[in-house]
Amino acid sequence: MNYDIILCGVGGQGGISVSVVIAKAAMAEGFRVKQSEIHGMAQRGGEVLAHLRISDSEPASPSIPLGAADLIISFEPLEALRHAHWLSVDGGRLVSALSPVKNIANYPDLETVLATLRGLPRNFLVDADALAREAGNVRAANMVLVGLASTMMPIPAARLEEETAAFFARKGQAVVDANIAAFRKGRAAASPSA
Amino acid sequence: MSTTLQSPRNMSSTSEAAARPASSAGRPAATGATETLMGDEAIALGALHAGLSSAYAYPGTPSTEIMESFQSWKAAREAPACPSATMEALLAEWCSNEKTAYESALGASFAGRRAIVSMKHVGLNVAADPFVNSALIRINGGLVVVVADDPGMHSSQDEQDTRVLADFARLPCFEPANQQEAYDMTRAAFDFSEAHEVPVVIRITTRLAHSRSIVDLSAARAPNPLHKAEADKSWILMPAIARRRWKVLLGKQAAFLEHAEGAARLEAGGSKLGVIACGIARQYLLENLEDLTAQLGERPTILTINSYPVPVGRIRELAARVGRILVLEDGFPHVEDMMRGVFGAPVPVEGRRSGALPLDGELSPDLVRTALGLPARKLLETGSLVPPERPPQFCQGCPHGDSYSALKEALKPYPEYSVNSDIGCYTLGALPPWNAIDSCVDMGASVGMARGAAGAGMHPAVAVIGDSTFYHSGLPNLVDAVSHNTNITLVILDNDTTGMTGAQPTIAPASRLEPLLRGVGVDPAHIRQLRAHRTEHEANVRIIGEELAHEGPSVIIMIRECIEWAKKTRNA
Repeated sequence: MNYDIILCGVGGQGGISVSVVIAKAAMAEGFRVKQSEIHGMAQRGGEVLAHLRISDSEPASPSIPLGAADLIISFEPLEALRHAHWLSVDGGRLVSALSPVKNIANYPDLETVLATLRGLPRNFLVDADALAREAGNVRAANMVLVGLASTMMPIPAARLEEETAAFFARKGQAVVDANIAAFRKGRAAASPSA
Repeated sequence: MSTTLQSPRNMSSTSEAAARPASSAGRPAATGATETLMGDEAIALGALHAGLSSAYAYPGTPSTEIMESFQSWKAAREAPACPSATMEALLAEWCSNEKTAYESALGASFAGRRAIVSMKHVGLNVAADPFVNSALIRINGGLVVVVADDPGMHSSQDEQDTRVLADFARLPCFEPANQQEAYDMTRAAFDFSEAHEVPVVIRITTRLAHSRSIVDLSAARAPNPLHKAEADKSWILMPAIARRRWKVLLGKQAAFLEHAEGAARLEAGGSKLGVIACGIARQYLLENLEDLTAQLGERPTILTINSYPVPVGRIRELAARVGRILVLEDGFPHVEDMMRGVFGAPVPVEGRRSGALPLDGELSPDLVRTALGLPARKLLETGSLVPPERPPQFCQGCPHGDSYSALKEALKPYPEYSVNSDIGCYTLGALPPWNAIDSCVDMGASVGMARGAAGAGMHPAVAVIGDSTFYHSGLPNLVDAVSHNTNITLVILDNDTTGMTGAQPTIAPASRLEPLLRGVGVDPAHIRQLRAHRTEHEANVRIIGEELAHEGPSVIIMIRECIEWAKKTRNA
């Protein structure tokens, strides 16, 4: 079993920390993982990209080959489009937030971006901000996306919740609860309209 | 030469170790403990478990996390599978620049302790003087030089290959392919350094530095006791001794080569295709190996190289078995060029030089796939909209933006001027909407270039540099400007941190800048300290204008704390 995930977004959206949660859950399930990220200038509001490879055996390359990703979790629609060609033609799934981060002057027409994403096979777009707000913390939008993606990943939801709780424990019970609630809202959003 | 330690490849190997690269065959039995580590962390932990005493560095992506690992373990007073006594005794310090870091590590080795110095590739240029000369002295405590290259320039101004610089210094260079090798080979590098009494280079690239994998840990060993280098003058490089030491170094080359030959692995296959995989390129080859074997009908013959000098004997062995050779290496075509030489190779050789792979940029599983002759994977049709780039930019509320606004307005009355800048977050002033700087070349260059431009007739000639970069290597240029009364305006953006690499403390507190500037002879009337904030904009424009008009060197310190640094210290 190999399962390759691309996580992408804009610096400051918490994409890298989410990748750590998924990686820990996968390891707790007995998988080997490889995780790759490019930082440095990325934290200055540029693109953030993490590759996460989950497998029964040690993955070879730290980066996922083009056209081989099983799943993209994107925290921002333009970044989803930027990395969509990474998806496997046969079965790759795209999970993306709807809200744009417009920190560039030439951000394309949002409706065109979303229409392009909706034209891709197996796309799952969700208003992560709104669901996170309902869950009690708008900063938990990334966990909404992980919750939605949890219906696709080879990791039990309970395990992901466990690692989410462990990851946010340091920040107090309220933050843990909001993130778990956000995860569940995302999971519920996976069915049935997608 | 006295070598009480065996070279790593002669040490006994367990069956488990036999499955690992030969250069790490001497690793002690695994403890059963595992840890998920980034390449940088694997090197740091490998060094700690090898009995490290001293670590020195200057921040630079992608090497920064090596020192950050040491410091976070020290702060927590524990590291994975490490006795607390080793942790307590460890010295882990940021330095002014890579040269000072290297020299401190050298002193620790002189005193008999194991030392590591880490830097990004261009940092080795700064440390080139101690680096090249230290090859000639008789290293005492193990000295390991970790250099993280950045092919693809994710966060750098060039993509030089450290293997070439190691060759230039006539030093052995280890190149791990993955996190496990990074961990194991760091210990092997300390052993090799002590056995052969030379510094050993470990070369990694961004992708290895910043990717994580599960690593099996070995038992930690104790640091060396204090033990001053023998009084045989082998650390005194005056010409008569240096000539002797140079011969000693040249005499060691055979042993370095023998090690690299032994560390290289030749895996015979039935195909006439031979593939050489250096360092991380092996991972990209493995990624495609199943498809390649299916297409060829047989496995290729693979030579894995993880140590230098280039193991020429093993390459000849490979050439005798195959009809053509593809060389996979991230960085320069270092091995490929040597194989092609002047007179050509006995079998066709392909790689980055031949055009089978691009001569620039980072290697990837996809580029390797194409070079191996495999068809590209089918890609999803994603429409005609090409997403515009999202370049990095100043954080919301960053003081640099306010500094540039004031500087640009103060420069408005002048028809021509130059603004030479430097390496750091403030280089982003090159991008719209600021378009505020004319140059960014190397650490500290802003001050020297402004001085040269002023000498050539440019007025105003402005240098813009951060506080950390000023301490790194801007200061000597200012001394030049003061000594010659050069008409420059130096703007020091003092945010109290090294921001670009994720906010590390500046080597000296901001309060020391002003007395330092006085001390090197800047006229106190022309040292101006301003608050870098938009609410002070008009006053700042006026004062900067006064100093631009001043004939002679003047320094403006724009002060406000980095926002990232403030967050980091608040959360700590």
